[in-house]
Amino acid sequence: MTPLSLALTLIFVIIPLLLSKTLRLGLEKDTLIATVRSIIQLFAVGYILKFVFESDSWIYILLMVALMIFAAVQNARKKGKSIPGITWKITVTIIAVEVLTQGILLGFSIVPPEAQYIIPISGMIVGNSMVLSILFLNRFTAEMEAHRDRVELILSLGGTPKQAIHAQLTDAIKASMIPTIESQKTMGLVQLPGMMSGQIIAGADPVQAVQFQLLILFLLLTTAAVSSILLGFLSYPSLFNERMQLLREQTID
Amino acid sequence: MDPYTPAIHFRSVSYESGGKQILKNITGSYPAGKITTLVGPSGAGKTTVLKMCNGLLSPTSGEITVDGRPIREIEPTTLRRHVGIALQDAPVIKGTVWDNLALPARLQKKELSRKDAEGWLEDVGLGKEYLNAKATELSGGQRQKVSIARTLVNQSEILLLDEITSALDRTSRREIEELIVRINRKYGTTILWITHNLEQAISIGDYAWVLMDGELIETGESSLLVHPADPRVAQFVKGGSE
Repeated sequence: MTPLSLALTLIFVIIPLLLSKTLRLGLEKDTLIATVRSIIQLFAVGYILKFVFESDSWIYILLMVALMIFAAVQNARKKGKSIPGITWKITVTIIAVEVLTQGILLGFSIVPPEAQYIIPISGMIVGNSMVLSILFLNRFTAEMEAHRDRVELILSLGGTPKQAIHAQLTDAIKASMIPTIESQKTMGLVQLPGMMSGQIIAGADPVQAVQFQLLILFLLLTTAAVSSILLGFLSYPSLFNERMQLLREQTID
Repeated sequence: MDPYTPAIHFRSVSYESGGKQILKNITGSYPAGKITTLVGPSGAGKTTVLKMCNGLLSPTSGEITVDGRPIREIEPTTLRRHVGIALQDAPVIKGTVWDNLALPARLQKKELSRKDAEGWLEDVGLGKEYLNAKATELSGGQRQKVSIARTLVNQSEILLLDEITSALDRTSRREIEELIVRINRKYGTTILWITHNLEQAISIGDYAWVLMDGELIETGESSLLVHPADPRVAQFVKGGSE
């Protein structure tokens, strides 16, 4: 892409700006901020990636992944403020998912152990694990709010915390995984996945692009399942004390 | 001197939540095998007292004993089967009446027989045809009966009832009152019953606790509600009967 054609892409920013101004939507400021931020962030990442790829050092790769995980945790923890220790619980979840998936990818030599593969794939895993954590926490706190009486009922009948919360936990796990599964059903029919489109535009063989995309899709199924279930099982015990009592304040968001 | 053996005893029990003092230094007993009613204005701490007996809440200070044993030494699930509770709104789990009755057994990884379930339903005055009815579609009175039957499945020796008749019509209320007395007589179950209905407390209860603003103001035979010694109780009784 030439610098001129890159500059011309700004037309796509000007169109919504003009529309917003004409219709008085008041979105000009946000649109401008979003544009400037995306330019700075993406160029910064681009140059950092270039440096990391060229240096070919494991330390930089690990640092890059750690940074991604840090940013993801900061974003997701806001949704689970009501759960004690949620920051480390999300951190453990995302690290576990990353280690498991990269372990399989590299262990079976599915992808070469190079920064060019590890970093983008990690980005997708960490990003999806973060979204899944947010979806799970949203649903789980809502379920707990709506069904406190049922949780308390089971406790009152002599059930353990795990039995008391089982229905809410599985509902939240299922609900958070559904978007991942559903979007895969229409994959290729309704939309071409971003990564595959990018590869095709960059000149890759479409079949090769499809193969990589399948790898990512399957990877995201594991990411979704492990993220929700692990975070769920790490989260629920802190809603109870050692006398198997439901802690009051902590489910209030 | 207390003429009864206490099933549950509170010794200097206080409870604080969110910076608010809910119960203040309560000392008193619930006699075994008797029906004790808990009366008092809303916000007096009646439900808190009940939830403490079942271990859903713990005192901030003081001690509660059940059959002479400190509650904190009893494993929570064992305590909750021994001291059953029927909650105010009679929450039910999704599914049929059968699913609800089988729940306490399932929690112990046991099976409830169909025959036993029918027996418990009969105890609360519901026919076996109710077993397949959807629990959430029952009337308020029927739901309360299912809730009580579900508590009976655990064969608790102590039964806690939280304002279970407050949302019911006169006929259903009468039926539940008769049912509670029947359970008490048939199984010798110790019953603690929160009610805002003084007439009910006097006619059904053997014993009464009057709670106000987190304090246990008066306790004794139910007749204390007819001729209260404490002027605050007298005022409350007067207000309640008007």
